[in-house]
Amino acid sequence: MGIEKDTVEIAPGIRQIPGAPVVISPIDKIINWARAGSMWPVTFGLACCAIEMMATGASHFDLDRYGIIFRATPRQADVLIVAGTVTKKMAPIVRRVYDQMPEPKYVIAMGSCACSGGIFKTYSVAQGADEFLPVDIYIPGCPPRPEALLFGLLTLQQKIKRESKRWGFWR
Amino acid sequence: MATYLEINKKQVNEEKWEEPFYINMGPQHPSTHGVLRLFLELEGETIINCTPIIGYLHRGVEKLGETLNYNQAIVLSDRLDYIASAANNTAFALAFEKLMGLEVPRRAKLLRTIVCEMARICNHLLWLATHALDIGAMTVFLYCFRDREWLLNIYEKICGARLTHSYVRVGGVRQDFTQEIIDELYKFTEEFPPRIYDYEILIDVNRIWLKRTKGIAVVPPEDAINLGLTGPCLRGSGIAYDVRKFRPYDAYGEVDFVVPTGKNGDTYDRYRVRMEELRQSNSIIRQCLDKLPETQGEPVLAENAPDLLMPEKVKEPKPQPVPKKGVIFRGVEKPIVPVGEAFASIESPKGELAVYVVSDGSNKPWRLRIRTPSFVHISAIPYMAKNHMVADLIAIIGTLDIVLGDSDR
Repeated sequence: MGIEKDTVEIAPGIRQIPGAPVVISPIDKIINWARAGSMWPVTFGLACCAIEMMATGASHFDLDRYGIIFRATPRQADVLIVAGTVTKKMAPIVRRVYDQMPEPKYVIAMGSCACSGGIFKTYSVAQGADEFLPVDIYIPGCPPRPEALLFGLLTLQQKIKRESKRWGFWR
Repeated sequence: MATYLEINKKQVNEEKWEEPFYINMGPQHPSTHGVLRLFLELEGETIINCTPIIGYLHRGVEKLGETLNYNQAIVLSDRLDYIASAANNTAFALAFEKLMGLEVPRRAKLLRTIVCEMARICNHLLWLATHALDIGAMTVFLYCFRDREWLLNIYEKICGARLTHSYVRVGGVRQDFTQEIIDELYKFTEEFPPRIYDYEILIDVNRIWLKRTKGIAVVPPEDAINLGLTGPCLRGSGIAYDVRKFRPYDAYGEVDFVVPTGKNGDTYDRYRVRMEELRQSNSIIRQCLDKLPETQGEPVLAENAPDLLMPEKVKEPKPQPVPKKGVIFRGVEKPIVPVGEAFASIESPKGELAVYVVSDGSNKPWRLRIRTPSFVHISAIPYMAKNHMVADLIAIIGTLDIVLGDSDR
């Protein structure tokens, strides 16, 4: 009771004592809050959707304002955006990039090809990234608009904020 | 690529032998423009051999095209070179029209020329953005995407899609331009040339840019022809070959433009050629827009453009006295398209894009072969990268302007 009276809620579940550099929160909430505020995807363009991914990161849509900065190496990234058609030759490499990322890690399947194979139901195309990766967010579209990718990333933020007991555990 | 046997043999034969350093670049690399993999043989930091390994984006487009009918195959062409889809659509449509003997209305030709040149501007802007970003200029990237976004918005007004348009159809285009689009394009053509100047003053006097592009990957004219280079890469070596001038298609015969060429055939010259092409494309769009009012009210799709519908599930069609135009039912002994073959080539932003189609009379192509510029350009990487530094390889990949979806198909 006293906590609610004397503190201000600065984010869901996170309360600050006004005028003091003290934050009162469950550890889950504050870790999720920090994680959701700095999701760093790896620059891994596969096909057409990579162009829209670049456009989302560029001047007009500007992902940086959400704390989302593209990293060139999987070792520094939290989110793998599977942007484009995953062929059977490419699938082991996508999996290796995923394995190289540190925990916690999230996967976004961007575009119809990464969701389900799309129009390419051929001998050489893996029918969806979820055949070999645990996908968190599916973004349909061929290719999805940058707004759709933004919406997918924001949905992933909401998903991260709802997590509990995730830190310190392997999935 | 040297095999282990060859390496061992070399080791035995030569007394002073230093093991070359083998390194693998890609497919996950931010500067390889997709999923290109390069196997490098290094001596110190100098490339002595380089093997491109492709096929990481092989989606079977040619085979898939044989299972779809002619209008549906155009949708596949969007996904080949996804930066300039309108050019791919045009190549496919031209080949199919040649096969069917269709005459495209003049207004449709003008509209096609406009969207093709818009695609060229989009492509060159994206090329400049990524090429400059790889070499180290971040600001150009943001400026180019700002202007590209404007063109994509116009595309969206034209056909409802940003990247994969499918606006050009067999026999014409999907729909006419509205007045709003024409006004927007006029505004764009007025404001775009000063912006090209903006990019040039950003990088043309930049010492880093000049040092990293001048004298890198020099291709003499003879070698450029022997390697099969086309498009800006060939013109950078000083050969004024342009399909738009030599075999004019669509409305290119009635517009004035200059084919820019370089002198030295290095990375800097290819950059200059592309920047000049941006201006020429802008002027072509302007000329076509000026000609549009002459054809006001004309149809944008040829009268005898086939629907190519074949209800395959209907086994015994009901007798119809007057068959619907273009619709043919199974059992009617009339080929939809004539038996034969056709070849069409266009000047896509990356080079010469050719489509060869063989028909057996059904509504689907019997064989669809696509000659893409990126595939040929990738085969020139070992020649161009020889005796260069590893860091220059990034500039070489960038200057060739390859797209792996185009190359692997």
